[in-house]
Amino acid sequence: MRPLTEEETKTMFEKLSKYIGENIKLLVDRPDGTYCFRLHNDRVYYMSEKILKLATNISRDKLISVGTCFGKFTKTKKFRLHITALDFLAPYAKGFGVAAKTTQECRRVDPMSIVVFHQADVGEFIRSEDTLT
Amino acid sequence: MGRKLDPTNNVKRGPGKKARKQQGAETELAKFLTEEETGPKRLSSRGRKRAAKRIQKSAEVTEKQPKKGFTDENSKWLKPAKRKRKVDEPENEDDSDERWEEEDDEEEEEQELLQKKKDQGKKKSGKVAEKQVEEEEEEEEDDEEEEEEEEEEEEEEDDDDDEMVDDYGTADDGDEEAAEEGEEEDSDGEDLLPIERAAKKDKKLKEALDLESDEDDEDDEDDEEEQKSDAEMDEDDTIQTNTDEGERFRLPGAEESEMEGVTPLDLKSIHQRIKDNIDVLCNFSSKREPGKDRSEYIGLLKKDLCTYYSYNSFLMEKFMDLFPLSELVDFLEANEIHRPVTIRTNTLKTRRRDLAQALINRGVNLDPLGKWSKVGLVIYDSSVPIGATPEYLAGQYMLQGASSFLPVMALSPQEGELVLDMSSAPGGKTTYIAQLMRNTGVIVANDANADRLKSVVGNIHRLGVTNTVVSNYDGRQFPKVMGGFDRVLLDAPCSGTGVIAKDPAVKTSKDEADIRRSAHLQKELILAAIDSVNAESSTGGYLVYCTCSITVEENECVVDYALKKRNVKLVPTGLDFGTEGFTRFRERKFHPSLKLSRRFYPHSHNMDGFFVAKLKKFSNVIPTAAAGKDDATEAPEETAALNPPEEKPTQSNKTKKTEAKEAKNSPQKTNGTANIKTKGKKDSGTGPKKAKLDGETVKESEKPAEKKTLQKTTRLEKKKGKTATKAKNRMGKNKFKKLKHMLTKHDRE
Repeated sequence: MRPLTEEETKTMFEKLSKYIGENIKLLVDRPDGTYCFRLHNDRVYYMSEKILKLATNISRDKLISVGTCFGKFTKTKKFRLHITALDFLAPYAKGFGVAAKTTQECRRVDPMSIVVFHQADVGEFIRSEDTLT
Repeated sequence: MGRKLDPTNNVKRGPGKKARKQQGAETELAKFLTEEETGPKRLSSRGRKRAAKRIQKSAEVTEKQPKKGFTDENSKWLKPAKRKRKVDEPENEDDSDERWEEEDDEEEEEQELLQKKKDQGKKKSGKVAEKQVEEEEEEEEDDEEEEEEEEEEEEEEDDDDDEMVDDYGTADDGDEEAAEEGEEEDSDGEDLLPIERAAKKDKKLKEALDLESDEDDEDDEDDEEEQKSDAEMDEDDTIQTNTDEGERFRLPGAEESEMEGVTPLDLKSIHQRIKDNIDVLCNFSSKREPGKDRSEYIGLLKKDLCTYYSYNSFLMEKFMDLFPLSELVDFLEANEIHRPVTIRTNTLKTRRRDLAQALINRGVNLDPLGKWSKVGLVIYDSSVPIGATPEYLAGQYMLQGASSFLPVMALSPQEGELVLDMSSAPGGKTTYIAQLMRNTGVIVANDANADRLKSVVGNIHRLGVTNTVVSNYDGRQFPKVMGGFDRVLLDAPCSGTGVIAKDPAVKTSKDEADIRRSAHLQKELILAAIDSVNAESSTGGYLVYCTCSITVEENECVVDYALKKRNVKLVPTGLDFGTEGFTRFRERKFHPSLKLSRRFYPHSHNMDGFFVAKLKKFSNVIPTAAAGKDDATEAPEETAALNPPEEKPTQSNKTKKTEAKEAKNSPQKTNGTANIKTKGKKDSGTGPKKAKLDGETVKESEKPAEKKTLQKTTRLEKKKGKTATKAKNRMGKNKFKKLKHMLTKHDRE
């Protein structure tokens, strides 16, 4: 487990700010203590400092998860946010305006076009259980 | 319903709750009536006539039952057995009967099976009408029955009038029947051809034999019941003969047992035999067979239970030891069916009330689990899959067995504590702990199996738990990783004998070695768990040990072992229901506080078999193995002296040396004290030698003892001063001889 490097922090905060804007500070400085982000096996974990202290006792290969996993860095160093971060982003979320074509239109679209509309998928908790860690 | 059904009366529905709820008997019945349309059928003219005849005949039957024969001129061709019902239509019957008699021989064997099972009296009452019906239309519902009865009619020609007397046909003994039928036959024999007569006799004999033997019931249940009621009536009539005959339960002989091994299994009769056997064992003195002892009955019972419920012999033995016979069958039956599905509300995200409402709106039938839980809900049935509702995915509840609530309730973690869950997969208990702590403090969720940890992580994230660290250690190594927990929960891996309903493979796969292996692992784990608890904790110092097994080796034995090996004591679990743990079991005795632990069974508490024990650690000191070297016979001063010598090994060798030298150098002056000290040393150092020394010192005088003590001290010091100090501590040979010489002189003086 190690703290995030500058670059990694930048990438991640950029992603987060798309959803919660400037409120990232609120994630870090909470009334019940300071929280931090740590990197472990390419995944970013969000935890309070108390947990951090105890988690350092556990050796790297035996540590599976700490606190909450926010997301992971892909092989090309892009940051992908996971469904597990939903609870923390939701209180600070900026109003979402989504523009999308209706399902009726999707029916009328030509055969070769792809229709994808993915906001947040609560089913990931079970479907992707193996890949949450 | 209590109200008479009157379809023509349309009840006005007024305002109010009840009017809305009760739509009226009419609508309720309408659901059923559509199925039973056959009630009042519209009959044709013939049908009506037949019905009238039916009524007439049944009236006549009751009248004419007592008569055996006819005294009028029709006695020749009117046979009483048949004719009682068919008086009004002799002609038809005559022809048809004779026709059918000829067919007797052919159809004999087929119908015999059916015959035994059917109530002959019953059939006869319906015979005539049915016959007519069959000939023309088949209006009755039970066509099969009719056909069978049709075929059997002629078979039953010769059946007794006795049978017609009672509708339930007392077939007392086949012999009696046969005899009576024989009599009748002879009187009526004129119409029957000799071969037909013989055939009938054979039939009767077969009937008699078959009635006595046990057979599977493949046909109507009515017949079964009637047969049984026949038997009951037999018993009522002849109680004395019953006690003598095979009516009472008797152990099968060797041949029968062999037969059973070969012939295909008959589960019904085995089940009956089990019941009878238990009945005998409960009233052994009155119902036993003389000459057969208890162990034979029990042996047979065990074998039958294993066959019927598919257990292996080892497990069945264990259960027979655990439960009294009356409970044993209940327990085995409970293991065949699943326990109800239960869920636990996640109070971090919702309340039980709201969750229940949401699920009811989805079409789930549920109820609160019981007054012992504020978060549990039991699901009776559901139109949607419980593990896939949006509420589940949003983490508002967790599918969890009711028994798994108990250890966490016993643990009762407080906010801000440091808690360890040593065997946490799949994470139900961990998340319950977290919700009780309101996401404060820290939980360490550990499991030895990395694959199963994925489900822990998944559940933790889904339920919104933020204060958990998940690790993958072998529980036995945990004290080395980190210690000082306020509370520890150990849900030890076990043989699973309490959850047979979930995993029937346990029935056949577990044996002695498995149980022993589990018990060994559990003992190691519980010691590691105890070592991880901090006894000085301000709020805690508790360990909860639980298993989903009901064997004594994995439960009480393990806790008893922990009590002996560590400074822990049992405390009440806080669960006010459940059976108390055993304080002794067969030849083993446990610590009396074991009765504070709790056992749960599927048949008595309707949850999976479980064991929960709560321990409190009162000292962080680990009692050393020195407890094995007993100094019980020593005086207190020696034990006091023991302590300094014991501490000496920890001290540097030099100090030891100096002390030893002192002892050596001042043998005369400080003999007394030195002797005591050295004695003490001696004792602590040399276990087996001690006895010798004691004997010697007691018997001999001090001075030779001194000699020996000195000798011993040197030996002792050799032992303690393991390394190079040996040479220094040793007295040279010559010096030693001199000393000896001196002392002997002293003695003589």
